[in-house]
This record gives sequence, C-alpha cells and structure tokens, in this order.
Amino acid sequence: MSRSAALPLASVPAAPPTAASDSELRRDLRLIAEMIEPSARVLDIGCGDGALLAYLARTKGVDARGIELSQSGVNAGVRHGLSVIQGDADRDLAAFPDDAFDVVVLSQTLQATRHPRQVLEELLRIGRRAIVSFPNFGFWHIRLSLLLRGRMPVTELLDHPWYETPNIHLCTIRDFVALCDEIGAAIERSLTLDRHGRPFFLDPRGSLANLLAEQGVFVLSGKRGKPRS
Amino acid sequence: MRSAASGGAPPTAPVVRTLAPSPVSILTAPRPQRPGHDWPGHSLAIDEPLRLDCGVELGPFTVAYQTYGTLNRERSNAILVCHALTGDQYCADPHPITGHPGWWTTLIGPGGVLDTERYFLICANVIGGCMGTTGPRDTNPATGDAWALDFPVITIRDMVRAQKLVVDHLGIEQLFCVIGGSMGAMQALQWASSYPDSVFAAVPIAGAARHSAQNIAFHEVGRQAIMADPDWCGGRYLSLGRNPSRGLAVARMAAHITYLSEAALHRKFGRNLQDRNAVTYGFDADFQVESYLRHQGSTFVDRFDANSYLYITRAMDYFDLAAEHGGSLPAAFAGNQPRFCIVSFTSDWLFPTAESRALVHGLNAVAANVSFVEIETDKGHDAFLLHEPELFDTLRGFLTGCAEHRGLTRFWP
Repeated sequence: MSRSAALPLASVPAAPPTAASDSELRRDLRLIAEMIEPSARVLDIGCGDGALLAYLARTKGVDARGIELSQSGVNAGVRHGLSVIQGDADRDLAAFPDDAFDVVVLSQTLQATRHPRQVLEELLRIGRRAIVSFPNFGFWHIRLSLLLRGRMPVTELLDHPWYETPNIHLCTIRDFVALCDEIGAAIERSLTLDRHGRPFFLDPRGSLANLLAEQGVFVLSGKRGKPRS
Repeated sequence: MRSAASGGAPPTAPVVRTLAPSPVSILTAPRPQRPGHDWPGHSLAIDEPLRLDCGVELGPFTVAYQTYGTLNRERSNAILVCHALTGDQYCADPHPITGHPGWWTTLIGPGGVLDTERYFLICANVIGGCMGTTGPRDTNPATGDAWALDFPVITIRDMVRAQKLVVDHLGIEQLFCVIGGSMGAMQALQWASSYPDSVFAAVPIAGAARHSAQNIAFHEVGRQAIMADPDWCGGRYLSLGRNPSRGLAVARMAAHITYLSEAALHRKFGRNLQDRNAVTYGFDADFQVESYLRHQGSTFVDRFDANSYLYITRAMDYFDLAAEHGGSLPAAFAGNQPRFCIVSFTSDWLFPTAESRALVHGLNAVAANVSFVEIETDKGHDAFLLHEPELFDTLRGFLTGCAEHRGLTRFWP
C-alpha cells in the first residue's frame, strides 16, 4: 500500500503490523484505524465480526465498542472479548447520550440503513467525530455498467443482485457531500479509494473524485460548535 | 459478625477477615454449626441487624455460603455466583439432600468457564432461603417458634445487602464478577446498581430490569397453590408438624412449564404416552409430559420450603430497578459502571430478549461498557443451566477479556 505524503489523514503513525493482524484487516478498515487516536472511545456501528475493534484494542489501547445486526457477528465479537451488542443503526443509536464517543465509525453500512440522514445526524450527536465509508455509486465502472449493459451494476463492493441487496440507499460521493452540507456536518478529512482499495487524494467535491473513486471515506464533525480536533 | 465452620478442618475462608497475607484455600468445605441444620459449607453469623426494604430490621441472622478455588493475594479474582429462585449455594458440589450434582457444574470447575483454578467463587444462599441462610423456616428469637409468615418480606436488594456482608467479611473490596441467571441476573444487576465500585464485571443471564406482569401472574398461581393446600395452615405448618407438599408441588409444576419452551417440551415428550399403549380415559398421568411434571413437583418438595417459595417469589415480583430510581433505568446505573455482558435466549418466553434489550438501552444511555448476546436455542429459560456451548464460549470470551483489563494475569499468589 502506498501512502502518499499528500494524504492529510494519518495523524498518528500506524502501529507496527503485528502477526496476522494487518493482513487480516480489510484495507479500508486499516485506513480508518489510522485515523483513530490511541485510547479514544470508539463505537463501530456494523462492526461485523469485530475485526476493526480487535485491531484498535490491540494496537491502540482504544476503548472499543461495537453494534452489529447479525447475531453470529455479535457472538463472534463477544467470544473474542470485545464489547459488542446486537442492534442496528436505525433503531439503537437513540439510546446513547450526546458525545458518548470520541469517534463513531460507520463503515460500508450507511447505504444499508433505512434512514441515512437520521443515522448521520445521530452519529454526529453521539460522537465528537464520525468516520463514514461507503461505496461510490458514481464510480465509472458502475456508470459504464448501467450505461452499456442496462442492468443494475454488480461489483466487488456491491455484490448482490438488485432483488436481494441490503443496500437500499446507494449514493455518489457528490450526493454524500451535498447531504453533509445540508445537515451542517463539517468534512474534516476525506479520502477516496480506487478499485484496488488504494487511496488517492482528490477534492471530494470535484467531478473527478466522483468518477474515479470506488469508495469514499469521510471524517465528519458536528455543527454544534464542538471543538474540532 | 461471627463465622462458623465445623467438620474437623480448621476454619478457613471466614477468618480472612483478619486480612491474612496468605491465600485462602477452601477446597474442602467445613460444616456449619447451626442447630437444627447441618448443611455442609460455611456460614456467617451476623449480629448487627440488617435494615430491610420493608422497614424491618432483621437480626441476628446467618448467611450460608460455599466457596470454590483460591482467593489470590490481591483478592482480585473473586466471582460471586448468584442463584435463581429455587437454587442454593451448592452450585458446584452435590446437593446435601438430593445428592444431585451442583446446579452450575456445566460452568464451574477446574478449566471450566468459571475456572476454579483461576477464580475464587462464592455462592451464598439468599436471605429468605431454606438452605442455611435465615429464612421463614428458622426460629424467630422473639417467639422461639418458626418465623413462618412473621418473617419480614425481603427484596432482591435485601439479598444483595446480605451478600455484601459476606464479601466484606472475606476482605474482598471489589468482586471481579457477579454472575447469575434469572433471579441471579436480578441480583447481578442490583449489585451493579447498589455497589458499582465493588463490581468489575456483571453478567446477568436470562434476566430483566424488572419482573413483568406475566411473571408476577405465574408466581401468584404458585403462591395460591401453596396457600390452598390445607396443610399450609396459614404458614404455620412447621409448628403443627405438617407440610403443604401438594401445594408446593403444583407451584413447582406450573413454574417448571415456564422454564421450558413449547419446542423443547415437544422434542422431549411430544404426545408420547407413559408406560402404556393407549390413553386410559382417566386422570392418571397418561402422557409422559404429565409424568415428568409430577416427578419435578414431588422431588422439589423434598428440598424446598413452601414459605421460602412464597418469600422468594415475592422478592422477584417486587424487583424493578427503574422504580428504585424515579422510574429511570439509566439513573439506576449512574456512577462508575462495571463491564456488562447481557445474555438472553431466543426461546425464553419468561425473560424474553426484549427485556434484555431494554436493559441494554438503559445501559447505553449512560454509555456503559456493555456486550449483549442473544443465543439461539430451543431450551427456553432453563438454557442457562444446560449444556449450551454458545453460552460457554460467550462467557469465556467475556471473562477472559475482563481479566485482561483487570490485570488478572497472575492467578496464583
């Protein structure tokens, strides 16, 4: 993985890769992990089997919590000593108090929520910062697939046929940026990843990023005059 | 407080009060010195009256308890095991009356989930019980007769207050964990709420933050069955040399159904007939499920006191953590909260998952460190007592994680 010096992300040097940990962690999760300060209070929504949480707890001493919809994922996380509850982003965020976490992570999950706007607002309420990653529906491969084949695109990231996809609220990077503006979320950092998951730096508001990025990773903070980190 | 332990071996655990520097090995359980009761294990006699929720001061009184494993030098590896409605302190050794193995031998033992080579386990009979801790069967010092219904009504919080005295007596400032299923879960929650600084981790299994209307209703059926037995005699059966065993058996039979699930009953018995090829057109136990329930009822009365059943079911009925805090469940968990692992079972209709989820939301509201696992099983409420590998893996993972956070790397002194 090449880390461009232009990347405005890595506030903390990544922990030295240990054993299987680094290779096990999905590339976008590794990038997210690099954005999180040591000892932070982190909530990972849609944490799957808890790979990111385990990595953060092990390498950064993070107070890591997770929410996961699938019971098998929850059980796997708790079996491995992680703090994970069964729940979902649409329903179970309201119970948390304001600013309960330093960072709230929503990776590859926003597009599967019923009410993405409310979920985003909740993220910014319960966390000082939110890190959101999602597949970019404006990616050239997707556009081309729809244009030339006239069928709903199926890609590595969006690998379900239309009739059984959990991804009910797909958006482009520009759509996402517009929603951030609408709800008054400040984009502190952004990162675009190509189809190999490699990061490249482009203005997320530009057309090129929206065309070339297969996924976007955004660090957001709320509008309520909270101190920016 | 006076501690009593008899049976040849020198008194061991209770003398920890002197804060002896050496670890306390309590693998051989001494016997208590209570007249009339000769249950194996430890007992702590407390002279100071206990102020109960009902306003009455109870005392002097006795708490009977069992311990397993060894308390480490730092006294940081203690786990309090809380028993359910009809359980007792014999969670890991044979019951002195029935001879049956302890009720949580699935979890407890060397190398087990509650590993007696790593942890020091304490299990105390609840106040109001009938296995050595003061309850309605014991003698009321004011009358010289059994307490019966003159025994004050106790609550889950009263049970926990009594347990706290035992924990203090053993010189343990903070329990590593409080764990229990059903009514044991209620006690674990009460511990977290009443003594948050004295608990590092809490594991309420198949529990709830309050007893539901349906559960109160089932308990009332059980109590009415006992009271309808002519041998109950207004609760004074002991003085009159009688025992309302039919009423208690019916109470147990009704309750036992609520501990299972329809699927489990069907899997176990279906409509199978008991030792016969056809129904008899009578009211004998034609069906296996009837025979099973009758057996459950008749064996239960050998080891349980009917008045204790009334008192302990009442304590569960009164349990409502939020009500103790102005109706707010999060307020019950204000302060420095332990790490929680909440477990429910899919087929448990007595303490359904929704109750555990409400608990999780209450804990989320104070941003407590909480894990919540719902385990898929058809075994119903009783699943917490049975062989349930997913439960074992969950608890082992949670406890191992907690032990790391607690710095419990060294288990032997």
